[in-house]
Amino acid sequence: MNLDIRAVAYEQAELGGSPVLQIERVSKTFRVGGRTVQALAGISFAVEDGEFVAIVGASGCGKSTLLRLILGLDTDYEGEIRLDGQRVRRPGLDRGIVFQDHRLLPWLTVEGNVAVALRRSKLSSAAKKKLVALHLELVGLSGFAKAWPAQLSGGMSQRVAIARALVNRPRFLLLDEPLGALDALTRLRLQDELARIVRNEQSTAILVTHDVDEAVFLADRIMVLEPNPGRIARVVDVKLGADRDRSAPGFVRLRDEVLDLLGVRSGRRAA
Amino acid sequence: MSDVSLYGPTREELRPLLSPRVRPIVLGALLPFALLLGWQALVTKHWLPDYILPSPRDLVLRFQLEVNGGRFWLDVGTSLSRVLCGFAIGSAIGLVFGLLLGLSRLAELLFGPLFLAYRQVALFAWVPLLSMWFGGGESGKLAFISLSAFAPVVVNTWRANRAIPEKLRELADVLTFGRLDYLRFIALPGALPGIATGLRTALIYAWIATVGAELFFDIAPGLGGRLNEGRDKFEVDLMLVALLLLAVLGLVCSRGAAFAEARLLRWRGR
Repeated sequence: MNLDIRAVAYEQAELGGSPVLQIERVSKTFRVGGRTVQALAGISFAVEDGEFVAIVGASGCGKSTLLRLILGLDTDYEGEIRLDGQRVRRPGLDRGIVFQDHRLLPWLTVEGNVAVALRRSKLSSAAKKKLVALHLELVGLSGFAKAWPAQLSGGMSQRVAIARALVNRPRFLLLDEPLGALDALTRLRLQDELARIVRNEQSTAILVTHDVDEAVFLADRIMVLEPNPGRIARVVDVKLGADRDRSAPGFVRLRDEVLDLLGVRSGRRAA
Repeated sequence: MSDVSLYGPTREELRPLLSPRVRPIVLGALLPFALLLGWQALVTKHWLPDYILPSPRDLVLRFQLEVNGGRFWLDVGTSLSRVLCGFAIGSAIGLVFGLLLGLSRLAELLFGPLFLAYRQVALFAWVPLLSMWFGGGESGKLAFISLSAFAPVVVNTWRANRAIPEKLRELADVLTFGRLDYLRFIALPGALPGIATGLRTALIYAWIATVGAELFFDIAPGLGGRLNEGRDKFEVDLMLVALLLLAVLGLVCSRGAAFAEARLLRWRGR
């Protein structure tokens, strides 16, 4: 089934068709205490099928807002966001999301938390069971299927959240600073896993992060946003291949380039 | 184990006399036991006449008499079934009403103020009206007990539903939950700790109302009725037996409720 969708998308691309996600002149304003604050100003961007795009920027540049718009949680904005040519009007199971806080339901077991995402799926219960087991295995938590969220570490909880986001086999995996609340070691380990998982699922991924290393490690392209109002500073191509070495010269150069764009001087190198 | 310690007794040696399982039971029983001894002393020294305060032994005898008389189990059974029926009716309606108030903003605006006004009326103020509407018999009593159990369940269910984090509502949106799924997977379990508090409070209120109903409505079998009887016949021993039994039954009920609650809320972790 996955293959079919890809074939269609490929055909469209050949016919000069559309990329799978289009963001066109999107602007978003909030009213905060009687004042109007512009969160996003004229964002235009297109994501290709199977691509991994990272969105980085200082806090307050609207990167999480953009993700909420793609999710369909907020439809009150100017411009248009289209998935496969269709305007986004509401959340859908074609988009899986991992939030910064895991948002597991504390009254369901690990297994139950993943299975709950399949409520709207029309699969047989046997097929659902299998999918749940498969995705728990994918995130390395098969042994914890019956555990309660209160018994898990932060990293494990986030793995469950990743399994929940993926269990519907979504075309888009949206990641809203998924590793932001974890300790440095766990974060590095989960970055490796995310790279493996996304490659395995072949879904199109959009990662919001403020960790530039994470963006360079995972993404094919990096959208750098600047704040007040949130707009694209530049889009950086990451041509580093599948196995990335965090200390390779190419990696470091790219990281420094993005840091420069964010206005953070990479001191040692500049000196 | 070392034979001689240079640093005084070890932790091992300082361990309390009783095991951690027995300790709370023994300590908890200490005061009642002391009271019992004092009571017995009071009576045997004739500081108080025994028609004012009969001795514990008299109570045991009276208890045996009541049990052998056969009427007694009817009294206990009637009171218990009143509590449970009133509790079941009142809390079931309260649960539905509380969920409605918690889930629907419109319902909250429509019914909220009226409910809050109703809560300001002291419970026993309903007795005259209810006994006119439902009569002083069984249905009047049940109406009163149900009404008492109703309010705490509503308040707690309502509040618990309001307290469900916005983030979980958002999760429900993302998972494209319908209303029923939201109720089943998020609203109900999320509000369950609050609902449990409401139910536990309702059970206490139901007990209060049962005794109140048995005292203030028509005389019928039941422990409250026996209390009235004791007063009328000037039998303090009967009144004390009934009071002690109410304490024991109430304790058993609340222990049962706490146990059920712990089972339901296992997920809250140890």
